[in-house]
Amino acid sequence: MAKSNKPIFWGLFAAGGTVTAFVTPALVLVTLFAAMRFNMDMFTYESIHAFAGWWLGKLIIFGIILVSLWHAAHRLRVTVHDFGVRADKQVAIVVYSLAGLGTLLTLIYLLRI
Amino acid sequence: MNSKPYVREVSKTTWFLSHPRYKRYMAREVTCIFIFAYTFLLIVALARLSQGEEAFNAFVQALRSPLGVLFNVAALIAAVYHSMSWFDVTPQAMPIQMGEEFVAGNIIVNAHYGAWAVVSLIILFWGM
Repeated sequence: MAKSNKPIFWGLFAAGGTVTAFVTPALVLVTLFAAMRFNMDMFTYESIHAFAGWWLGKLIIFGIILVSLWHAAHRLRVTVHDFGVRADKQVAIVVYSLAGLGTLLTLIYLLRI
Repeated sequence: MNSKPYVREVSKTTWFLSHPRYKRYMAREVTCIFIFAYTFLLIVALARLSQGEEAFNAFVQALRSPLGVLFNVAALIAAVYHSMSWFDVTPQAMPIQMGEEFVAGNIIVNAHYGAWAVVSLIILFWGM
């Protein structure tokens, strides 16, 4: 049987789909409430900095962002194809590069906190 | 042999409008644009957080613009749609067998919705 990298890509996609399904709506609610001044004690520098400064907090943030980006990148590649763009190779390079860049930036920023 | 085979004309860009099932498929796929954009918003938040309190507060202030609120509302709708479409197919994606029988689909779906509620409450309490 030919070797395939599909299981790895598919695994990241499925993990990302599951993680985003569980956490993203609530995360958006937190930033939406902050944007609407719903609760001024919400999403403050102190609380977020304390969480991101904790090693387990860093690991959780990194994990969520990593799988969210790979899930969305993989699905975006398919979606672009579904909208009639037939340049899969170029699209794949762009979306996976963006996901890789985002992952790298996340790592750098987390290490600076 | 048929020299001119019949080829059904299908639009490459609007094909999904022809059937409600295709529309639901595309709605589900399009949520990824918002998941992608929102994740980058989180990365910007991390960048501002690493630059100190003043930079982070300026980020939150920018979030309070009409565009910031609008984006968050759109992202919320897309994220909830993604979650529901993801959990609704869990019985097909990961059927659970117990002995001879498969666990009923609605039990698997409801378990996911229950866990989703718990995780959401934890995140909201953490954010408060």
